[in-house]
Amino acid sequence: MFTEFCEQLSVWAIPTILLIVPVIGYVRHVNVYEAFVDGASEGFYTAIRIMPFLVAMMVAINIFRASGALAVCVEYVKPMLTLIGVPPDVVPLAMMRPLSGTGSLGLVTELLNTHGPDSLVGRIASTILGSTDTTFYILTVYFGAVGISKPRYSVGVGLLGDMIGFLGSIYICQILFK
Amino acid sequence: MINVIWLLLLVTGIVYAGVQGRMDLVTLSAISGAEGAVILSLKLIGVMCLWLGIMKIAELAGILRVIGRLLSPVICFLFPSVPKNHPAMGAIIMTLSANMLGMGNAVTPLGIKAMQALQQLNTKKDTATDAMCTLLALCTAGFTLIPATIIAIRSAAGSVNPTETVGATLLVSFMATVSVIIADRICRILYHVRLRR
Repeated sequence: MFTEFCEQLSVWAIPTILLIVPVIGYVRHVNVYEAFVDGASEGFYTAIRIMPFLVAMMVAINIFRASGALAVCVEYVKPMLTLIGVPPDVVPLAMMRPLSGTGSLGLVTELLNTHGPDSLVGRIASTILGSTDTTFYILTVYFGAVGISKPRYSVGVGLLGDMIGFLGSIYICQILFK
Repeated sequence: MINVIWLLLLVTGIVYAGVQGRMDLVTLSAISGAEGAVILSLKLIGVMCLWLGIMKIAELAGILRVIGRLLSPVICFLFPSVPKNHPAMGAIIMTLSANMLGMGNAVTPLGIKAMQALQQLNTKKDTATDAMCTLLALCTAGFTLIPATIIAIRSAAGSVNPTETVGATLLVSFMATVSVIIADRICRILYHVRLRR
């Protein structure tokens, strides 16, 4: 029932906006077609402006992953994190989450398939994926689009959010699902 | 900080590959990373045009201003540097709501639109403003009411109850959002104190 509601809501959200905004615009005497084209023409330049920022970030992240350095870092932090009650299986996810969205989606799918979606590890992994975001992607794209190269403290704050999402998921799931 | 992180990712990756004698991997992954970035930004053009077009209609029709005025107490608290009735307010709200509804690739164009509006208020064009840092913090904390992707992959993996983690997700992302807002405030104050010295 609730599953269905969530699915329906995410199916309806975008079509509803695509319907309502132009209709209200028309009622309020906006030349909707011209306005749309005018707005959309910025899309191309914005995407192109992001490109160099994305190249810089994705090259560094790709080298870090492919060389095996990421896996070594995971092995290093594993004993420390296990000490504070983190299941060893979700440690790779902690390292991957801020760096790569598709990478962490892949890791969670793998965890769900090997441990089962209704196991504690499966539930923790699902909660982590939902309550954190790909900090470096958001940083690169949002700031890249307006040409900001000095993000000040926001990197640290974003990573702190990821860390709280990660540890919080583990503790809350251990309380809720035991 | 971003300089150090970027350099660390590169240096540790290349040095480790060198130690393992797999330098070929570095070249390969560097090229595939660069190509992947271009493909990703080309893919973004489509959704970007779509949402920026819709946003333009919303802006001209005054929808953004109305939404901005409705939620202005919240936004004024979070973004004190943004003047009332500035178009950035509506754009920020659209971004945060799309994020909450889990609207996936619609969030990025809206977020960029909000950043562009905030950039108009920026006096140092290469440095992020306080408001930009707050918006980024809220987006990276990923407060989502309907984590649609997770429900989908859970039910694909054969879960008996795919939505069972939604409650935990809400609770945790709420906690993360609150802590990020607090951390952002503390950093903002510290930054300005250091700047004044």
